[in-house]
Amino acid sequence: MTTMDLDRAWDLHPQVSVRPEPFGALLYHFGTRKLSFLKDRRLLTAVQSLADTPTARAACLASGITEAELPRYGRALAALVQSSMLVGRTS
Amino acid sequence: MTTAPEAPVARHGTSRLVDLFEYGLAAPICLTWELTYACNLSCDHCLSSSGRRDPRELSTAEAKAVIDELEAMQVFYVNIGGGEPTVRPDFFELIDYATGHHVGVKFSTNGIRITPAVARRLARNDYVDVQISLDGATAEVNDAVRGAGSYATAIRAMENLADAGMRNFKLSVVCTRHNIPQMDEFKALADRYGAQLRLTRLRPAGRGADVWDELHPLPAQQRQLYDWLVAHGDTVLTGDSFFHLSAYGQALPGLNLCGAGRVVCLIDPVGDVYACPFAIHEDFLAGNVRTPGGFAEVWRDSELFQRLRAPQNGGACASCAFYDTCKGGCMAAKFFTGLPLDGPDPECVRGHGEELLARRPQDGTRLPKPSVDHSHRTSPARRSRPVDLTLVRRREDLDRPPVSACAEGPLTGFRLTGTGDQK
Ligand code: SF4
Ligand code: SF4
Repeated sequence: MTTMDLDRAWDLHPQVSVRPEPFGALLYHFGTRKLSFLKDRRLLTAVQSLADTPTARAACLASGITEAELPRYGRALAALVQSSMLVGRTS
Repeated sequence: MTTAPEAPVARHGTSRLVDLFEYGLAAPICLTWELTYACNLSCDHCLSSSGRRDPRELSTAEAKAVIDELEAMQVFYVNIGGGEPTVRPDFFELIDYATGHHVGVKFSTNGIRITPAVARRLARNDYVDVQISLDGATAEVNDAVRGAGSYATAIRAMENLADAGMRNFKLSVVCTRHNIPQMDEFKALADRYGAQLRLTRLRPAGRGADVWDELHPLPAQQRQLYDWLVAHGDTVLTGDSFFHLSAYGQALPGLNLCGAGRVVCLIDPVGDVYACPFAIHEDFLAGNVRTPGGFAEVWRDSELFQRLRAPQNGGACASCAFYDTCKGGCMAAKFFTGLPLDGPDPECVRGHGEELLARRPQDGTRLPKPSVDHSHRTSPARRSRPVDLTLVRRREDLDRPPVSACAEGPLTGFRLTGTGDQK
């Protein structure tokens, strides 16, 4: 299973659009033309705060995700990295 | 994949997501927009009726206002079709406007206007995708349905797109009795031009079921197609076309759900909003984008869409072991073949649809007819005769496409990924 570095800065890919839905959110990547969805509001909050948080770990914890849940949410984020929905941020 | 109790990113194919989708989304995922019913010159090759443009067609300004709404609703992309959308003089203006406003465009064409220059222009825009329609992997099979020369036109368009550097454009095929044996050839053709193969179901649309009766896959072919999809499903796009086939065994990649009014809808050239591009009938008319609340209000509040989003009961299908994945199949296919909406699909793989079809009145008088006629016939339409392909090709006989071979499966091309695997 893919993992990602939770201790670095991440962001949504600039070509990704996030649309809130009653069940969570839909993500669409205009470059790959792939659609993904988040079925969890805390994950949505975490994803949306990546840009303003120094690390993915901090974004998760600030969104109400507990330490114990981090591995599971980390895998979810890793999946989003793998499909290019999320990209590393250097600034 | 993991031992996680429940992945917070849901995976494609989980029935729970489908269940969530059944209650409808804040905005459509797949919106089909038929910009015009006008068509370029001789439509021998074009099953999409058409003729002159409708005088009530949305103006450029009105179309842009719709795009503004779609942007606000975050509709990610629209499927543009129609007669031949590229004949609208403001076609490129509208495409540029949409993509400039974060509304991606996929459009279907017979290829006639995809010159090298147009191909280069399209290839430059990341937010545009093109779908070339073909109904046969050989000129012989294709041209019998779409008209002489149409195979060559489509191939030339694909060459131009490939030469312009466009990758992963779509080669779009409506599966019929005649081309189901050609699936491998279609795949090879798509591969040759760096295109992706999309397969859609032949749906009885508009004018009734007579042509559908002659062209829809035979039961044994459905099985053949199912087996082919099981073997190749992850490399082709099918959207919601074949979920009724999942009753053969396993759920197929794609969206296993009728998205009409929940995930999908159609805006026609005069702004009428229907539940699905294959359900152009007043029973499925939700409203018009010209009303004060615009498209957003129609999508959110129309009485019809509310009804489609309410829990459905499986009717005669409820006791079927495959109901969970098959869900009784396609609403439009049932409607236009005169079957009850809460019963089995006409192509129910367990044969229940055939039984019902056989019990219909033989003269076809009970079949629903489209209540609207936006396409302009050049001579009075003649209806329902014994079907032969030659007849199908004659535009003057079509007031609506009898089979929407040029129309798009609303969700075809739709790929849902949660874990990053391409399904
Ligand atoms: S094509 Fe059929 S299954 Fe698909 S949305 Fe329309 S009515 Fe439903
Ligand atoms: S009986 Fe209904 S649910 Fe069962 S396979 Fe046939 S159409 Fe699908």
